[in-house]
Amino acid sequence: MKKIRVVIAKPGLDGHDRGAKVIARALRDAGMEVIYTGLRQTPEQIVAAALQEDADVIGLSILSGAHNSICPRLMDLLREKGLQDVLVVLGGIIPDADLPALKAMGVAAVFRPGTSMQDIVDFITGRLGSGAPLDTKAASTSDR
Amino acid sequence: MKAVPPTISRRHIEGVHTPESIPKFDYGRELGDPGTYPYTRGIHPSGYRGKLWTMRQFAGFGTPEDTNRRYRELLAAGATGLSVAFDLPTLMGRDPDHPLSLGEIGKCGCNVTSLADMEALFDGIALGDVTTSMTINSPAPMMFAMYLVLAERNSVDWSTVAGTIQNDILKEFIAQKEYIYPPRPSMRLITDVFAFSAAHVPRWNTISVSGYHIREAGATAAQELAFTLRNGIEYVQAGVDAGLDVDAFVPRMSFFFNAHSDFFEEIAKYRAARRIWARVMRERFGAKDERSLKLRFHSQTAGVSLTAQQPMNNVARTALQALAAVLGGTNSLHTCSFDEALALPAAEPATLALRTQQIIAHETGLARAVDPFGGSYFVERLTRDLEAEAEQYFQTIDAMGGMVAAIERGFPQREIAESAYRFQQDVDSKRRVVVGVNEFVSEREGNVPILRIDEIAAQRQLAGVERLRRTRNKVVVARALDKLRKAASGTENTMPALLDAVRAYATVGEMCDALRDVWGEYQEQAII
Repeated sequence: MKKIRVVIAKPGLDGHDRGAKVIARALRDAGMEVIYTGLRQTPEQIVAAALQEDADVIGLSILSGAHNSICPRLMDLLREKGLQDVLVVLGGIIPDADLPALKAMGVAAVFRPGTSMQDIVDFITGRLGSGAPLDTKAASTSDR
Repeated sequence: MKAVPPTISRRHIEGVHTPESIPKFDYGRELGDPGTYPYTRGIHPSGYRGKLWTMRQFAGFGTPEDTNRRYRELLAAGATGLSVAFDLPTLMGRDPDHPLSLGEIGKCGCNVTSLADMEALFDGIALGDVTTSMTINSPAPMMFAMYLVLAERNSVDWSTVAGTIQNDILKEFIAQKEYIYPPRPSMRLITDVFAFSAAHVPRWNTISVSGYHIREAGATAAQELAFTLRNGIEYVQAGVDAGLDVDAFVPRMSFFFNAHSDFFEEIAKYRAARRIWARVMRERFGAKDERSLKLRFHSQTAGVSLTAQQPMNNVARTALQALAAVLGGTNSLHTCSFDEALALPAAEPATLALRTQQIIAHETGLARAVDPFGGSYFVERLTRDLEAEAEQYFQTIDAMGGMVAAIERGFPQREIAESAYRFQQDVDSKRRVVVGVNEFVSEREGNVPILRIDEIAAQRQLAGVERLRRTRNKVVVARALDKLRKAASGTENTMPALLDAVRAYATVGEMCDALRDVWGEYQEQAII
């Protein structure tokens, strides 16, 4: 079976990459092909990486509060490039109040502090394995 | 019997400690009285009896005006020092109108773009009476220059200005990743500050060598201790190589450690830090001035230990961590707010965090006896163990050719990433219990109102920089920036050129760009 290809990206100016690196390693240990973009990637660079790497998943790590500016731009660019099938998941410090808008723009799941690595692996394999349509259940199961 | 889990740093601890745990224990050589070499028991003979630690709460958000209001609240509530949190554009030397500043203005801290913002930030606060710490690294010399020009305009003599700039670039390469220039020119900026301060701003702490971020990135206690002190050694060596006398600049170096959850390991870490530093300064660098031997440090409770689940639990975590810092003899302390796993601290949690320190200081009686764990078989053993582990790392890093060389090889970065991953595996497998996260989970958690930074802050800062560019004297700015490029290209100290650029209202982004023109930017080899 083809390996799931994941681009892990740190958009914005923040350099706190502990979470991004831990998740990258967990996904790799779970048998996925992980490409880590490194720090300070613009939405344009992340979409270009996803295109070039033929990514199935983009995992964003944002702790700075810039998600409301970065995510809409990224989702627009994905649609422009015809990459709307790429599963976009977000990890970081994301207030409750921002979840509905993120879902509405197509972010498949938001993983907040305290989420286990296994939950993230299960979510991605479950979603890509089953090919189920996007729903809002992911956030409620992954919030804790 | 159920196995006792190791410490957060994966250290296995014996249940009972006896004199045999510390063979050949020598009070005079290992401890000495408080205030005497090697300062294991503290740098003051009377501990906190003469003077409590400084209660310095790190704060900053939105515009300088927003943050100024919070400072006045904190000072009114009894805080005894200020500590500026800058936003990411400021930390990365980008103006608000740079594309990478999108969505980041005023979010993680206060936006400070030019001297005009610095004026607003400290409006109504007497710079001669309060000490200010600024958490800034790559643009540290620029912020230092702004603070000095502000003092100058308020007729406060530089000889009386006291405070701290973090100015610790090595831990940025290792852990927090807010670097701009490559390591070697970055080190030169730091030695420029050392030299300038020694001559003109004698009470300023020119650097705060920080283990905090290294620990937050996932390091163990021993790694935090080792990498921080080894960074300190690298800075001292750089100063010496730049022609400075050790005792002319080392007394103004300060340190910054994490106060994490494993109580005794933390206390031992602080004690080991003081002992190692005193010995290294005397034996490796031949320091004579007692002040060069005394390690002074700030500490901050572990943000990374705070949970988004059941956030009120964080009040207890923070109090216990603060206790360890005080028992370890911290000189200054920040206590985290319970809402920090959710957002920047709101006003009420920030006050509660300060109150936690005040309760420790005034109600527990902890401040009465100096180094109360001194002589404990267990704590002395732990202190020895941590010291030995740090020295092991020193040898490895020395063999690589020093810390800059080790960073270029990715050594500390890899060690930390490894520890971070192991910790997460322990949490996932419940080998390590995190209350409210993987055990004792509750369905109803109660909503905590969080601080939200609205986009008005960004709009104000954008309008401010636009107005500034229109109204200042462009010719004077351009001339000052040229002078800065010239200083950076040669060997003269960059501080005088920076001061002139600040006086001309050059922005942080413009000053950082001038140096980017000369030195380029650092790109890290990402390691996972």
